[in-house]
Amino acid sequence: MGRHGDGRPDRLGQRRLTASDATTHEVVDRLFREEQGRAVATLIRVLGDFDLAEEAVQEAFITALETWPVRGIPANPGAWITTTARNRAIDRLRRRRRLVEKTAEIARETELEVTLEATLESIDPDESEDPMQIADDRLRLIFTCCHPALAVDARVALTLRTLGGLTTPEIARAFLVPEPTLAQRLVRAKKKIRDAGIPYRVPPADLLPERLDGVLQVLYLVFNEGYTASSGDALVRRDLSAEAIRLTRIVVALLPDEPEALGLLALMLLTDARREARTTADGALVLLDAQDRDRWDRGRIAEGETCIRRALEAARPGPYQVQAAIAAVHDEAATPADTDWAQIADLYRTLVRMTPTPVVQLNLAVAVAMSDGPAFGLAMMDGIAAIGELDAYPYLHAARGDLLRRLERWSEAETAYRRALGLTTNGPERTFLERRLTEVRARRGATGGNVA
Amino acid sequence: MQYALLIYGTEADIEDYSAETLDGYNAFTSHVRERGALKGGEALHPIATATTVRVRDGRTVTTDGPFAETKELLGGFYVVEATDLDEAIGYAALIPGAKTGSVEVRPIVDWADTGMGAPIDSASAV
Repeated sequence: MGRHGDGRPDRLGQRRLTASDATTHEVVDRLFREEQGRAVATLIRVLGDFDLAEEAVQEAFITALETWPVRGIPANPGAWITTTARNRAIDRLRRRRRLVEKTAEIARETELEVTLEATLESIDPDESEDPMQIADDRLRLIFTCCHPALAVDARVALTLRTLGGLTTPEIARAFLVPEPTLAQRLVRAKKKIRDAGIPYRVPPADLLPERLDGVLQVLYLVFNEGYTASSGDALVRRDLSAEAIRLTRIVVALLPDEPEALGLLALMLLTDARREARTTADGALVLLDAQDRDRWDRGRIAEGETCIRRALEAARPGPYQVQAAIAAVHDEAATPADTDWAQIADLYRTLVRMTPTPVVQLNLAVAVAMSDGPAFGLAMMDGIAAIGELDAYPYLHAARGDLLRRLERWSEAETAYRRALGLTTNGPERTFLERRLTEVRARRGATGGNVA
Repeated sequence: MQYALLIYGTEADIEDYSAETLDGYNAFTSHVRERGALKGGEALHPIATATTVRVRDGRTVTTDGPFAETKELLGGFYVVEATDLDEAIGYAALIPGAKTGSVEVRPIVDWADTGMGAPIDSASAV
């Protein structure tokens, strides 16, 4: 291929584009991620109809793929998409109305759509560039998609679909749900929004704390699903985490006075910074203390630390801020031995007070084992195990196995690792546990005697 | 939009006619009435008075009791006018029964919206 056949600007600065041009596709792909949520949000505000808005925006992107290679990429692609989508929505309404007129349906519906059409035409592409208006539309949409009257799995799917621009097959793959199931989930959620009258707005101040929790919970779920994969495609998962971070940034930008939103963003950045070091080239899991810290993303860590510092200034601590602070302590340590486990244990004690769940207690036990010695941590874990709530939680058994291994109680360690393995489906995590199991088995054999 | 606020609770909750509970319901009723949001509502007699009717193969089958054996029973309901689900949830949270049992919020079909006629023209005359 010639120097100028690759779609990059030539000496005259003109784009030489063909229908299959990679640059157009890249631009459209990137734009789709960044702009579709915004275009959909604006159209939903006007139409009050998720499906019509989504279809119109999708058509606009298809039109972009068809016309940009020929006519060139417009100066403001985002505004172009919103305008085109608006025109497509008007077309659809007109078609629908003609159909209605033909079947001599009641005039009422027609009137309604004429009004809608007028409102749609009133969307000024220049005004739709107004950052405040865009921000408002998106924020409204996030709160609608994450309304507590929707099931959590529906909230996650709807947020990724409408704001994230992920396709139904992509979301289905990420959450290991059959595609028809996910499609059905989306249809039901949209139907409920319409029929039950779920408002399209940012909740008033008295509802905001409760509703913001719901939004942050969805974003955190999306991030975690992308970070600690239960299984599946690594690339889709990376996209999920990136999407969660992008959406959280929007929430933070729009609600700068909410320290928990900032805390969540910090937590995501400080965790995501370790992504590259978390697996080997062939996909095997690397635990925190064995990670190559040179591979941690210093830029992300710095940004995360800035966020958590700003959040803590508000002096309204919450669970996300505390978890971010814990992640920051880990990220600050140059080597695993430098980790300030006493501070981490203190932070977990604070977290246990805020959210006294067995999983948080387990994390506290791990931190105590690190700061005070494995015997102390093990005693706490045995207490947690005795309650039985975490019987099916592989990390409890893996963590117990680790402490038993360090206490050289090989046979008990083997039993614990075996239980963890029986509960783990994630490939890299299984490989890791199998390695540990082989190791403790060999030690048990070597020391003899200690046979169950 | 109109919403039905269906009040569920255990038999004991439903039959709680203590002065405190009644005051709570009176206060709620006045609150929605003053705001012009009250469209209707009734308290139901206890579950022991319920009869379930089914028509099978043209025969009417009548049985004693509610249609399903559950711990939470329907004790009564309100119909309120609200701009959206959030406002309806706000009302539901004020109902005394929400503290002991639960209140199910169900949007009421607006027949004008569906383009179909209402199944009973006289329904609004009640």
